[in-house]
Amino acid sequence: MFIGIDLGSRTIKVAAWQDGRLVGHNIEESGFKPHEQARAMLAPYQPEHIVATGYGRHLAREHFADHVITEIKAHGAGINALLPDVTTIVDIGGQDSKVINLNDKGKVTNFQMNDKCAAGTGRFLEIMAASLAYPLEEFGPAALESDQAVQINSMCTVFAESEVISMKNSGVPRQHIARAVHSSVADRIISMLNRMGFGDSIAFSGGVANNPCIVQMVQDRLENVRVTVPSNPSIVGAIGAAIIASKK
Amino acid sequence: MNAENFEIKAYPEMWKDLDMDVERFDKMRLMLGEVYAKSYLTQKNRPSAMAYFDNMIAEIHGGRIQELLDAKKEGKPVVGTFCIFIPEEIVLAAGGVCVGLCGGSQASVPDAEKILPRNICPMVKSAFGFKAGNICPYFQAVDFVYGETTCDAKKKTWEILDDMIPTYVMEIPQTKSTSAVNMWLSEVKEFKTKVESIAGNEVTLDRLEEAVKVMNNKRKALQRLNNLRHTDPTPISGKDVLLIEQIAFYDEPVRFAEKVNSLCDELEQRIADGTTVQNKGAARVMVAGVPMALPNWKLHNLVEGAGAVVVNEESCIGTRYYKDLMEEGIGDMESILQELTRRYMQIDCSCFTPNDGRIDQVLKEYRESGAHGIIHYSLQFCHTYNVEEIKIRKACEKEGIPYMFIESDYSPEDVGQLQTRVEAFLEQITE
Repeated sequence: MFIGIDLGSRTIKVAAWQDGRLVGHNIEESGFKPHEQARAMLAPYQPEHIVATGYGRHLAREHFADHVITEIKAHGAGINALLPDVTTIVDIGGQDSKVINLNDKGKVTNFQMNDKCAAGTGRFLEIMAASLAYPLEEFGPAALESDQAVQINSMCTVFAESEVISMKNSGVPRQHIARAVHSSVADRIISMLNRMGFGDSIAFSGGVANNPCIVQMVQDRLENVRVTVPSNPSIVGAIGAAIIASKK
Repeated sequence: MNAENFEIKAYPEMWKDLDMDVERFDKMRLMLGEVYAKSYLTQKNRPSAMAYFDNMIAEIHGGRIQELLDAKKEGKPVVGTFCIFIPEEIVLAAGGVCVGLCGGSQASVPDAEKILPRNICPMVKSAFGFKAGNICPYFQAVDFVYGETTCDAKKKTWEILDDMIPTYVMEIPQTKSTSAVNMWLSEVKEFKTKVESIAGNEVTLDRLEEAVKVMNNKRKALQRLNNLRHTDPTPISGKDVLLIEQIAFYDEPVRFAEKVNSLCDELEQRIADGTTVQNKGAARVMVAGVPMALPNWKLHNLVEGAGAVVVNEESCIGTRYYKDLMEEGIGDMESILQELTRRYMQIDCSCFTPNDGRIDQVLKEYRESGAHGIIHYSLQFCHTYNVEEIKIRKACEKEGIPYMFIESDYSPEDVGQLQTRVEAFLEQITE
């Protein structure tokens, strides 16, 4: 059995791979000591080889992993196995957003990633959801109910939150504000895609892919492009790492 | 020298005489020493001739300063600078000394932000902060600062800096037209008069001819070093070469050239013996873009920390400083000054428009260095390099050269993201 483990900024994901298929997976909060949390998550498995990815990859390498790869390579390998016709990946995690282009063999040809700022990432959506008193899983569906196009201008979490508060206090219904928040994230994804160039089949990965409104809005903004979400987008990086472990 | 007992030497008496904030500066000294030991002295299999350069760092806050103070005592002009446009030959011919000033550290940025706007280049802020906080012995030791007009942040900061230390501004043209060249020639002549007035003697033909040789020899030594490091596998780390390029800005030029040449002799032997610092199958990376003032080792630390090796710096700290030489033995003053102007107008700084010569230079250095990819590095708010990057990227795409653009500053806050990006780039070019 081969293990891929993705130690992300918010959660740790484990994928177990055997005979060319996923045989187990789990997701937990990262906590204060990610490597200990990770170890506990690995307890049920008997890995031949462990490949770590994500922010905590080097910490994992110090403690238990045999090998490290970046999230970019991991998501490339994961999507290539799950959705082989995809050539562009939009990966939005807790702290980063990335666009990754692959060639027809699944190799990364180029990528773009946010700099130090976490604008437009999962964290941004979390804070905005909290500001509007939505549980995170209801945030996207609520935004989908709105058909009003109000606008949020700032991509900075701090400034955007003040905008949201002003809107709330001027009586704008919260699903409209929710829609505005989602729209601003979708616009940012489109601008990253335009900067990088993209193929006609795009896949979402990372936790934000679970948000149906973001996916819908990105699909609506692109013509002649198919946007797909794999069945469990949060573990794509872990799956990619596990597949690479199986080839070591 | 080893990492455990390395220390940058303290000269509290001298610092006090230089009106420095001694207590604070001493803490910075310890921090710099630690960073240096960790980044540099833990490297494996370094050439033994690096000992001289390690010692230059150990003496950065004292030994070299003493030499400057001694020169000043003898009435020699000591000129501080941030830019490779300074006609060093003229300063040397007047018996003077050129030193690069501090400007590569986050530590002085808060001092600058008390006065300057936050949203300007970190190098300008860092440099200004070193003077504002009295925490750079070089700033304290110079007669005047040589400023230039290569960017808006600098040229306006000189006006503010001039209140704290005399700042002479030489106008650098923004095109390479005939009228621009003529303007620069007259600026060179004015600068010569300025240096002569401080030195109290005239720059004679003989001394200028001699200074041209000294500078050519220094630049040739750096060219030789750069050619040797291009060997695959390389005999010296990118970090070590970067360090030498940084030290080039404050060391005495004749001694420096000798030491670089001794190192090169050792590197030739290493190449013959097959001694290398490059891991098997390691990626070779060329860096292009803005200068990295000491102690800005951020990008090189990331690249080499991930197991790759940096094999070229297309930068003012790097080839832009030493790629061009001057003709020697010209024989009359006017012609030498014209030749000097010709040489300095070869500098492909992004302050020029257009500056397409730089694109060819980047491609040429990529081919010569045997690199597998280019990382273009810009400082935040460096508009000219940040915009010019678009043309460099297009040229690399056209040539099929793996390429990545990084925009950063001196703070450590983006190191996590940068590490991921650098490692992903290395994965991309090694597979």
